[in-house]
Amino acid sequence: MSEHLTTVNEVESYPEHIDHHKHFNATPVAEDTPLLKIALVGNPNVGKSVIFNYLSGLYMDVSNYPGTTVELTKGKYKDYIMYDTPGVYGISSFSAEENVTRDVVIEADAVLNIVDSVHLERDLFLTQQLIDMGKRVSVILNFKDELEREGITIDTIQLSASLGVPVFQTSAVQKAGFEQLDDAIINAQHGKIIQELHTKLHTMLIEVGSQAEALLVLEGDESLAQKHGIQVGNEREDLYIERRNRVNLIVNDVLKETKTRPRISTLLGHWAVNIWTGIPMLLVALYLIYLFVGKLVASDLVNVTEKHLGNEIWEPWIRSVVTHFIPLTSWLGTLLVGEFGVISMTVTYLFFLLLPLVIAFYLSLSLMEDSGYLPRLATLVDRSLNAIGLNGGAVIPLILGFGCVTMATITTRILGSEREKTIATTILQFAIPCSAQIAVVAALLAGAGFGAMIIYSVTIFAVFVAIGTILHRLLPGESSPLLLDLPPMRLPRLDNIVRKTAFRSYAFMKEATPWFFAGALGVGIMQVTGLLVVWENLLAPIVTGWLQLPREASTAFVMGLVRRDFGAAGLYALALTPHQVVVALVTITLFVPCIASLMVMLKERGMKEALIIWFATWIGAFVIGGIVSQILI
Amino acid sequence: MTENKSVPLHKIPKGSRVLIVQVPEGKGKSQLIRLGILKGEFIRCLERLPGGTVVIEKNRREIAIGMALAKSIFVAYANTEQADGKVRKKNV
Repeated sequence: MSEHLTTVNEVESYPEHIDHHKHFNATPVAEDTPLLKIALVGNPNVGKSVIFNYLSGLYMDVSNYPGTTVELTKGKYKDYIMYDTPGVYGISSFSAEENVTRDVVIEADAVLNIVDSVHLERDLFLTQQLIDMGKRVSVILNFKDELEREGITIDTIQLSASLGVPVFQTSAVQKAGFEQLDDAIINAQHGKIIQELHTKLHTMLIEVGSQAEALLVLEGDESLAQKHGIQVGNEREDLYIERRNRVNLIVNDVLKETKTRPRISTLLGHWAVNIWTGIPMLLVALYLIYLFVGKLVASDLVNVTEKHLGNEIWEPWIRSVVTHFIPLTSWLGTLLVGEFGVISMTVTYLFFLLLPLVIAFYLSLSLMEDSGYLPRLATLVDRSLNAIGLNGGAVIPLILGFGCVTMATITTRILGSEREKTIATTILQFAIPCSAQIAVVAALLAGAGFGAMIIYSVTIFAVFVAIGTILHRLLPGESSPLLLDLPPMRLPRLDNIVRKTAFRSYAFMKEATPWFFAGALGVGIMQVTGLLVVWENLLAPIVTGWLQLPREASTAFVMGLVRRDFGAAGLYALALTPHQVVVALVTITLFVPCIASLMVMLKERGMKEALIIWFATWIGAFVIGGIVSQILI
Repeated sequence: MTENKSVPLHKIPKGSRVLIVQVPEGKGKSQLIRLGILKGEFIRCLERLPGGTVVIEKNRREIAIGMALAKSIFVAYANTEQADGKVRKKNV
């Protein structure tokens, strides 16, 4: 055994030394204080959430993608409070996820460290760090089934001996071995720490409260050092290399592999990042999404739900019920069941047009995530995104933007620098139409013909590239390069996909619904008070003269203030020529984002930057829309 | 160890097995160490995309590295026997 594996346990031969080592004792937790807080900690995509759900019975947004679950999930299991932390490769303060995980781990009484057996070498770095933090740890080796398929065996007894903590094997897919989770919680122990680090921790422990914090300060965590008012340590690199080497030695010791044929999933993963096979795969993926979202749901299904359920059944029925009490011509009647009726038109749009589309969109996205395809897509497009000052990782918020710009704006947190966050946020607010808007845009374009579709797409794409390029040139600093761990290609679990889709669709509808009703109510009030005419008159010179659209199109722009998609929906009723459709859609796509996404942007990017972007979308939309109009009409 | 000349990572042909001889200093280094990309480790170039994004493989794990980062990681060609062996060099 090399000198680097000299562990604290060897210190136990000096009883007088071990006496004051309260933070290194190896007693099982159940024997002293009852446990309160248990943290589930692991790298991204190790099946943490499946185990969390099993224990707490609560659902969390399970993701194949690092960064989509910055929120912390808490649950209760027996007498324990369980915390599901965001997936991280190590604990420090490199990202928002790490901050969350760090804080939970510092507070936790014990840690269940979920490890991907197939990627032991990667995952044990975090394990060793948790042990070095002085936490009681149990290691859960997940994906036992995949390990067997890969022809790998792990000597768990040896691994447990080397780490000094209990090791359990599970298979989250079949929920095999989950009955051991109770044992894992009860038997969590303090693991082995090398003597050299132990000495250093002693010195630091005098200054800070806990071993966990002592280690993180040594490793250069500035915010913790500030909290304790001490000089930050500069040993991160040495400690990291030391830990990495130690983990490598342990892995060499416990892991045996026999050569197996490459699996089809591995090959698929390779093809996805190859330029010759990857692009056809991307085209196939996009075509399938188009068939499903664009054709099956957006036209076939929505035709039935919107026209039949909405326009033919719901609206006449609710109108007849309401007019039974209130005349249709009264102001209240107009508000409720009139042209912009809060409970007639709004309900139809929300539940018979939007909802099916939102579900279809999230289903496609969840499939791409959980299969491991999305990170490979990020790799494939990395270089292209470099041109606009982003890296491949930005494909996540950009794709999410096609679902919901609000959600995507939150996800820009995963990007590596403020510069990238600004670029991505601006692009999202300007040039990415959200799913609700796409639905309306697609329906209107379908009526306007192929040429209109091309002009619209080219214009929006040009704006997308132009904004990215301009910001990339103007903004100081450098964007961060791609460094992305690609999770294995896996057949997505149906229950995960369904739950994730349901969870996201619900979250979206919950967020969107009030704004829809508020928007309809607002416009309804403007209609009955005559303000609508005032607004239309105000915008009329721009709309009719510059954009060359009918006066009523300004109503759509009023609606656009409340929700972009609702604004686009307002264009339905107008008899527009194909060219006018293009102009109106270009303007409304680039036009101000919905109130919800503005709120999120204010929070994420700060007042000044958010307002600059917001007003820029006003000016940009009318200028570009006008230019298109002057060329076309 | 073969004392070959070191080359930046984005220049190596697909499929080649290399030894990392230098990783860039700075904030990103810690991230690289965590992922196991550090001096003295063997990796294989799995894919090289036009524009310089590379995908490397290390112990069944696949990691995508953007061009800006790849060009500051220097590697040397290793012969296959060394790379396949379980020998790991200490590098502190």
